Order: sequence, then structure tokens, then C-alpha cells
Amino acid sequence: MAKTVLKTEGLTKHYGGIHALVDADFEVREGEHVAIVGDNGAGKSTFVRQITGVEQRTGGRIFFDGREVAFKGPLDAREAGMECVFQNLALADDLDVPANLFLGREKTLVNLGPFSILDKRAMRKATEEGLKRTGVRIPRLDFPIRRMSGGQRQGVAIARSATFASKLIIMDEPTAALGVQETAQVENIIRTLKAQGISLILISHNLRQVFDLADRIVVFRRGHIVANLRKEETDGSDIVAYITGVKTQNTAAAMM
Amino acid sequence: MAELAINTGRAAGPAKRRNWPMELNALFGLVALALIFELAGWFIRGDSFLMNWSRLSIMILQVSVIGIIAVGVTQVIITGGIDLSSGSIVGATAIIAMSFAQAGERNGQEFTDAVFWAQGWVDLPVMVPILVGLAMGLLAGFVNGAVIAYTKIPPFIATLGMMVTARGVAKWWTEGQAVSNPTESFTALGSGMMPVVIFALVAILFHLILSHTLYGRHTYAIGSNPAAARMAGISVEKHLVLVYSIAGMLSAVAGLVAASRALTAQAGMGQMYELDAIAMAVIGGVSLIGGRGSIIGTFIGMLIFGVIISGFTFLRVDAYYQEMIKGAIIVAAVVADIYRQKRRGIVD
Repeated sequence: MAKTVLKTEGLTKHYGGIHALVDADFEVREGEHVAIVGDNGAGKSTFVRQITGVEQRTGGRIFFDGREVAFKGPLDAREAGMECVFQNLALADDLDVPANLFLGREKTLVNLGPFSILDKRAMRKATEEGLKRTGVRIPRLDFPIRRMSGGQRQGVAIARSATFASKLIIMDEPTAALGVQETAQVENIIRTLKAQGISLILISHNLRQVFDLADRIVVFRRGHIVANLRKEETDGSDIVAYITGVKTQNTAAAMM
Repeated sequence: MAELAINTGRAAGPAKRRNWPMELNALFGLVALALIFELAGWFIRGDSFLMNWSRLSIMILQVSVIGIIAVGVTQVIITGGIDLSSGSIVGATAIIAMSFAQAGERNGQEFTDAVFWAQGWVDLPVMVPILVGLAMGLLAGFVNGAVIAYTKIPPFIATLGMMVTARGVAKWWTEGQAVSNPTESFTALGSGMMPVVIFALVAILFHLILSHTLYGRHTYAIGSNPAAARMAGISVEKHLVLVYSIAGMLSAVAGLVAASRALTAQAGMGQMYELDAIAMAVIGGVSLIGGRGSIIGTFIGMLIFGVIISGFTFLRVDAYYQEMIKGAIIVAAVVADIYRQKRRGIVD
């Protein structure tokens, strides 16, 4: 059986009196693509914010790459090999593709502190390789991101994650703001990642997409994980039943 | 893996269009303006505007001191900020530096009016006033940056405060008295075409820094999307402090040059320089929203500014009208900037 990349035990987050996430036990194995689904406010994004260190959890344990971790911020998570594609893209619109890909971890020729000289050629080359590896096609790398379509921008954001993520990529609604064609483009990129054996957590509202791309589907409802199903053991209406609370695998959640 | 990718016909459209740099628009504006004045010159005065070397050298000399400030202001604006304190920093550094640059003798007599005569600080090496001046500017800029980065108040307000404070310092230093009689070595700083040389050095240095270093990359990133910059691990606060410190220091350079050139320093020096510097940057295509612009653009903006002032003087347009027109041009440049942003928004 493949190695476990990420595992949470009893992960809990309270915002004041609101229990946004309760006792979440979750696992991703090497090369596995896991989808997280659930209604708005079910705790999906809260869950991601806890594991990436964007927020500090109220309780529970997180294991990443075989050891227990306590990320103080998203940078720690990134350093450990976990990359997140944020819902709001997090790209600098006026910078070109290589500049965005390497933002915050630029390659330099000469180290002069803040005035270190950039190694633009190396970054460009690495960008070309990164885009090729993820199957992202951008006609002109030297154009500012602003000039690109939503799909291309998302492609850049994903390529950035894929270039640096050694172990796990998390995508929070990567196609929420995209058109049909652009969504297809991003889905192809995700398939490419699968073919390369990169583990992925995909948060999505789109069940068609989830069934297309994921190996396993985890359903959140009101802060609880109510189902953890292999794709083959379930179908769309079954998932909807879990999302809406008609069915549950979680007895603790059912008693609420 | 490439075969998995699909071509998006839609995306190819906008990407094929040329990446039209803002600097080119400004350059066209500069050429057009120069030609208009040239034509007007022939029609109204029967004289050439451009074919006059001394006019051109006076023109560039006039704008280079403010051009030095504009180099710093450009960087501030690229981060999405603004610096209104430059003119006052010019005044403060001019008067403080000058008081360390006084000669002990005037017309063969002891110059007992020197600010630090009692302390015996006259005829100091030129490095003393230079370093004192630069330190003053750096300090003012550092305070600007620290206040903006750590209290999160708008740069407009923070630097407005510094504008008033630095002017206060300039007046307090000698209780409103002008300071004059600089040493010869200090006078050399602003004599002849030295201001142009200093501007050129500063502009080239910061052009290279902005386009080839981590500092430049992060400056654009912060102006473009501060949240993304922060998420990428850039220390936005520290970077802002650095950018404003550099802007303050460049204002001090301008102050030193201006004082040296005038042979005297007054508390009121540099008034309104901040607006001229901002105007040069904006005319040169530096976006007030942040993220876009370059030193080359600001340089062209500075030349446009010079051509306008020099052109109106050449056409004998009254100085009062000149100011009114200058004000209108600044507003027009900002309107053009906003229009460009809107158009971009639709293109996206």
C-alpha cells in the first residue's frame, strides 16, 4: 500500500462558539487524488486553512510526510513540500509568468541581500520546464498575467504549485471562476499531475469533475466528515445524500 | 505530457496582441509636444525651439533636481503608495546639510555667522554635509515607511504628516534664517551640469535595480497584489520601509544638489517639488494604482515636464498661466491613467 502523505487525527477548529471543524480524521496517500465536497460552510476551506497553517487549529494532530507537524504559516507548509492553489489565485497581475512562478523564491546570480541580482534566464528555463511538465500552455511567457485568460491564469497558479510541491498540492475550487473550455483545460492539467504521481486534495462543488478526477471522495457537512468513499463504491446521488444530510457514515455527526 | 494539454482558441486572441509599453505612449507625447512648440515657435516667434543648445541644457538642468526625487517617488508609486514629503525633505536636508558645509571665511573675513561657528564646525570635508544630509533623508523616509507598513495608515496621510514635520524641522533648525556661504567643494555638487550627471547616475542605478534585482521584482509584486506578495513569503512591511527610505534618501540627494546650486539654503526650499515629481512619474506612465511603471517612463515624463515649462517660457507665456496649465496637465495624466486601467479591465 502506498505511503501516507497527509493524515489528520481529530482536527478541530472553533471560531468563538462556532464549531467550524470537528474531529476530522483524514488521509491522503502517495499519488492519490482526494476530492473534498460539501455544502457552503461545511468546513472544507476551514479544513484546508488548518492543514496549510494559514490558521492555527483548536485541536487535533496533523501528520505530513511521516512526521507530526505544526505549521506556523503557509510558508512552513510550502517549505515542507505542500503547495496550495488559492481560490483567489494569488498572482501578481503585472508580473510575467516566470516572475509569478518564482515569486518569493527567486533564483539569484549574485547574493546582495535585497539587491540580489535575479537569474532571469534560469527562472525562465525552469518555468518552461514546469509548464511542460504540468501540460499548461501559455503562448507568451513574458506577458503580464493580466493579459491572460482565466484558464491560463489558473494554469500558471497550478504550474507554480506543481513546480515546487514535492509531496502534495491542495486546490480550493480551482475552476469556480472559469468557463467551460477553461475548466476543461484545468482538468487536463490535474490529470497530468495524476499521471506524474503527485498527491492532490481537490475541493470542488462540481460533482462531475470530482468523479472525473478523484480516486476518493470525502464529504463534509456542518464541520464533520460524514463520508469517505472510494469513487467506485458511490455515485452522484449517493454523494448528494451525504452532502444534504440524508445519509451519514459519521454517528457523532448524526446525533447533532 | 504536452498532448494532454488542449489549445484554447480564446486565449490566443488577446495574447497575440503586442505588449505595448506605456513608455512608448509617453515618448510619442514628448515628441508631439516638442514638435508643437517647434511649430509654434516658427509661427509666433520666428525662431526654433529645439535648435538651441543652451535652451535644451537649461531645460534639462531645471528638471533634473526634481527628477532625482521622481526616481524615488516612482518606486513608491509602483508599490501602490505615494510620497508627499519629498519637497519638505529637500528643504530640511538642504538647510541642515548646508549648516555643516559652511566656509569659515567670507570675502577675506571670518564668517562668524556660520551656524556652527561656536563649535568650530566650519570648512568641514564635503563628506560631512553629504552624509548628514543623506542620513536625514534616510531617517525621514524610514519613518514614512515604518508608519505606513506597521500602522497601515494610508501613505497619503503618513507622508502628509512628514511633509509638515520635515518643513517644521527646516524652519526650526535656524529659526527661519537662511544658511549660506558653502565651501567650494560643496558648491561643486550643484555647479554646471552636475545636477544632470547626478540625476543620470541615480536614474541608471535605479533602473538597473528595479529591472534586475529582487528588490525591483518585489516592488512590482507588492504594488500589483500585496496579498499575493505576502502569500509568496515576501516581507511586505520590511520592503515598504526600504522603498520609502530610498525615496527619502533620494529627496535628500536633491536637497543637497539644490542647496549647493543655490549657494544658500532656506527653510522653504523644495516647496511643491513632491507634486512635480509625482507628475513626472504619472506622465511617464507610472500607474497610481501600483504595479506598473519604470524609471525610463519617469525619465520621459521628466523631459515632457521640461519641454512644457521651457516651451511656455520660450513662447513667453506668463508664469501664472504656466502654473495653471501645469496643474491641468497633472490632472490630465491621472485621468489618462484611470482611463487606461478601465480599458484594461474591459479587455480582461
